[in-house]
Amino acid sequence: MAEEVKLFGALESPFSCRVVIALKMKGVQYEYIEEDLPHKSPLLLKYNPVHKKIPVLLHNGKPICESLVILEYIDETWKGTPIFPQDPSDRATARFWAQFLEQKCLPTLWKACCWKGEGQEKAKEEAYELMKMLDNELEGKRFFGGDTIGLVDIVGNFIGFWYGIVQEITGVELWTKEKFPRLCEWIDEFVKCTIVKENLPPREKLLAYFRTRLRGAAASK
Amino acid sequence: MADEVILLDAWNSAFGMRVRVALAEKGIKYEYKEQDLGNKSPLLLKMNPIHKKVPVLIHNGKPICESAIIVQYIDEVWNDKAPLLPSDPYEKAQARFWVDYIDKKMYDVGRRVWSSKGEELEAVKKEIIQHLKLLEGELGDKPYFGGETFGFVDIGLIGFYSWFYTYETLGNFSIEAECPKLIAWAKRCMEKESVSKSLADPHKVYEFIKGIKKMLGLE
Repeated sequence: MAEEVKLFGALESPFSCRVVIALKMKGVQYEYIEEDLPHKSPLLLKYNPVHKKIPVLLHNGKPICESLVILEYIDETWKGTPIFPQDPSDRATARFWAQFLEQKCLPTLWKACCWKGEGQEKAKEEAYELMKMLDNELEGKRFFGGDTIGLVDIVGNFIGFWYGIVQEITGVELWTKEKFPRLCEWIDEFVKCTIVKENLPPREKLLAYFRTRLRGAAASK
Repeated sequence: MADEVILLDAWNSAFGMRVRVALAEKGIKYEYKEQDLGNKSPLLLKMNPIHKKVPVLIHNGKPICESAIIVQYIDEVWNDKAPLLPSDPYEKAQARFWVDYIDKKMYDVGRRVWSSKGEELEAVKKEIIQHLKLLEGELGDKPYFGGETFGFVDIGLIGFYSWFYTYETLGNFSIEAECPKLIAWAKRCMEKESVSKSLADPHKVYEFIKGIKKMLGLE
């Protein structure tokens, strides 16, 4: 039975990249459709009417939305390299850290790097606390997933790659080897990891994208 | 080997109610420890150092945090009866998607209902109705979000039912008038003992919020 897998994504999106990494880890053949985010396609809006966002995975015509939900779906549907741990307790821990990255780290890092004034200082303090928690969690481990990358590493891709670039542009430095040694080591390992390295967007493209976006943000904040 | 299950919770937490319902559905014996969120206990801070929030499930000494994660954990460990998530991966993904939607939208608007007034309150009210209407659309004509059986999404939303009276009274509107099918669903869920024994009394919730508003000078 021929399987049809499509991914609606965007090159600059870490959320989209997570799904690419997961599909590649499982060796799934898929068709990639690049969305022009300021001009979303009718198909994307049809498949994700609730949030109208990428990524959307289409499996035999059925859409799955929200990157964390998609990652779990991919792990349950295709055998091969596991993304989630097997043990329920370890699985709960992995889901916890994935949610932590998504709901706490992501918005705080953005504010810490891109806002101005008092709000930024407060966000920076909060960001340091969050980075410390991640740094502690990495104790004795090469990756959040242990010896090989797993869910939390994949979800943390925005720290591993995107935020290095954002910090370069904004001149904000949230992590140093002195402050968060394990986190910095993880970042180095993460981007060196083959399955990640081969599927990250080109640096120059991300630099250009964020330069434009941050110019707009600076104007409003 | 006897399982030791402890739940750190607060009586009016819609998220805590999710866990209570899940434990009841599975018939799991546990010790309930009410938490004073204004004066957090050393146990809570030790078991949830990252977020310092309820609910926290402690299973044989190991803490699990975040209600949706706890419910999935319960379903995976006590997998011999009353499945809470569908077995089909696609249906499971849909269930997770809607619980994520509830997580993203309901807590935030719920909090803003009692902390805002005037135009801001009107705006929050409109948002609540919008989210509930979307969920009602997703329910459709099914008895439960899970279809014929009560499941993950039902558990994800039902705790907020005990807060509806508070939203309606503060916002001066009727959720039943806006979303009759959703209220019918909620009443159907309340017929289940696992739900009726787990939810807080809506009037007590309202009195509690009235007290908070008075204390914060937000009347």
